Amino acid sequence: MSVFDDLIGQDRVVGLLRGAVEAASDVLAGGPGSGMTHAWLFTGPPGTGNSTAARAFAAALLCEYGGCGHCDSCHQVHIGSHPDLEIVQPQGLSYGVKQTRDLILRAAGTATTGRWRVVLFEDADRATEQAANALLKAIEEPPPRTVWLLCAPSPDDMMITIRSRCRVVTLRVPSADAVAETLVLRDGVAPETALFAARAAQGHIERARRLALDDDVRLRREAVLSLPRSLAGVADCIVAAERLVKTAEAEAASATATLDEAEAASLRQVYGEGSSGKGLGRGLVRGGAGAMKELEDRQKSRATRIKRDSLDSALLDLVAFYRDVLAVQFGAPVELATGDRRGDLEALAATSTPEETLCRIDAIVLCRERLGRNVNPQMAVEAMTLSLRSPRQATLP
Amino acid sequence: MLHDVAAETHANVTLIMGEEEFLADRAVAEVRAAVPGAEVHDLVGGKVEPGDLARLTSPSLFGDRSLVVIRAAQDIPKEVVPEVVAYAGRPPEDALVVLVHPGGVKGKALVDGVKKAGAAVVAIPKVTKAGERIAFIRSEMRRAGRSIGEDAARTLLDAVGNDLRELAAACSQLALDSDAKTVDEATVLRYHRGRAEVTGFAISDLAVEGKLGEALEQLRWAIGTGVAPVLIISALSRGLRSLAKVSGGQREAQAGMPPWMVDKLRKQLRGWGPEGLSAAIQAVTEADAQVKGAGADPAYALERAVQTIVVSRHGR
Repeated sequence: MSVFDDLIGQDRVVGLLRGAVEAASDVLAGGPGSGMTHAWLFTGPPGTGNSTAARAFAAALLCEYGGCGHCDSCHQVHIGSHPDLEIVQPQGLSYGVKQTRDLILRAAGTATTGRWRVVLFEDADRATEQAANALLKAIEEPPPRTVWLLCAPSPDDMMITIRSRCRVVTLRVPSADAVAETLVLRDGVAPETALFAARAAQGHIERARRLALDDDVRLRREAVLSLPRSLAGVADCIVAAERLVKTAEAEAASATATLDEAEAASLRQVYGEGSSGKGLGRGLVRGGAGAMKELEDRQKSRATRIKRDSLDSALLDLVAFYRDVLAVQFGAPVELATGDRRGDLEALAATSTPEETLCRIDAIVLCRERLGRNVNPQMAVEAMTLSLRSPRQATLP
Repeated sequence: MLHDVAAETHANVTLIMGEEEFLADRAVAEVRAAVPGAEVHDLVGGKVEPGDLARLTSPSLFGDRSLVVIRAAQDIPKEVVPEVVAYAGRPPEDALVVLVHPGGVKGKALVDGVKKAGAAVVAIPKVTKAGERIAFIRSEMRRAGRSIGEDAARTLLDAVGNDLRELAAACSQLALDSDAKTVDEATVLRYHRGRAEVTGFAISDLAVEGKLGEALEQLRWAIGTGVAPVLIISALSRGLRSLAKVSGGQREAQAGMPPWMVDKLRKQLRGWGPEGLSAAIQAVTEADAQVKGAGADPAYALERAVQTIVVSRHGR
């Protein structure tokens, strides 16, 4: 058993990282350690496990036995409590410069166990431009035993100045068979369901797992994929868009409601609510209101992000659907992600032209861009469903 | 609108309740006018201290009547409230007390207590609808011994805005400036022009109905008076969205719309076809992106959106 077992279909990357871990031990022993470096950028489309790879690498660096997977250190990394591992998971829409400066300060400490001090920055593409600039110096010349591991979907998501200071590790999209095999072995999913989920998720391992295990997720996908067929009139487009946005909102609300409540309660407690004693018992002590406001802002940003992510996964399902339409139109012998809706695919392929299909895919991509630019979600999705209905209509540049 | 407050204030304790500060002030003034020569104490609720009321209402050596006005009565400290309530139960002959309360839950103990003790209550109605404001303008004119037609009143309302105090001031000014018994629209237009407040919905309606010139004029006004571009965009988007929902004719799409709105939308739908609607909605979405930073000039993006909406109208 090894910490690298979690990486599915990434043999080349595992080889590279094992080499680096050996070199790292060499450095600790006082050798030259060629093959190890201080900054790494793990890239791969969402769901390929770039953060899993980074975490496995971190575990291997911190482990005395090169990532055995069962010593104390590996266990601590696994549950996220290792003293030398700093994990950053941006929860909100972006990661600001203030937080980054704090992070740099923490990263500069000496390793407590005498090996490495590792900073694992997931979703590093969420860092704002100023935050990335603040990172530059720290990444360029970190203290001798600090290692930065950044994760992003693609190298292009990071500023060129950051990219050029990192060694890039590129993960491949695993094949549907590899994902299905993992689902069968690890989660005990029936082979047929596993293959369906793996195909539908197009290499996104976590999504494949959720599709295989959670009925709600499967139903939501069904609802999204039945959308193209329902867009007969303008009113239908508006109603479909409304439904899509409402579903995303409901998902965000259910994901955050209990969490928000608990966070607010514990913060109020920190600021003296419910406690007794001199000067207490009169609501929040000084600074409490400001802290509450800050928490609310953070929670709002997180809810917006969950809503956007949920919409985004629906849009990606739609892209997959139209890509399959295109594949059917060209008779391309590729694996269909939405093969379970063969009837819809063929009907649409027969009644439209490949140009129209491409226009539709463009409309979905435009919608994603607009969502990223903070356009009102309902309006962005409406514009998309209308374009899906009449793809030829000239859209404004 | 303001009936004879003075007639109702024979009671020695009066509670004036309502949110419209201007009307409440006027009600206080009327009570004051009813007792000429009284010594007036004007207090603010938050500053009243225990004993104040008894001191101010105790009989004067010179036999003057005294009038105690407590504004913002919701802020009266809770240790003073029982005092006020007890006072309302047995008011002395030669002192009048007026409490001004904006309504709402705050200071409810005071309101309930005073009412129970038999104080006269003057309720100030809340003025929210345009029709009520026009009625207010007409009653203002009547107070000044003039009359004003419905159209002229509407023009005045459009030009001055919704604030009652400003409306009342404009009315009394008009009454001073014109000699005629009836103030007509021409007189109003001589002193007041344009529009004080433009809502995104007005622009949306004009654009949807194809009135390009007026829509652009209103849009400029709105931008000039500082209406946020995002609000205008959202009004445009909402207008077109409702239109699109009605265009299908299905029940499901119209869920939650009141019947009058469906009727209005059906009327607006004339001249619109599916492709046109689609193009218009696309244009508004693009304008939202522009306003949110994809473009340099929000005003340009808005004007272009309005123009595209009007042009799309006959796009079948």
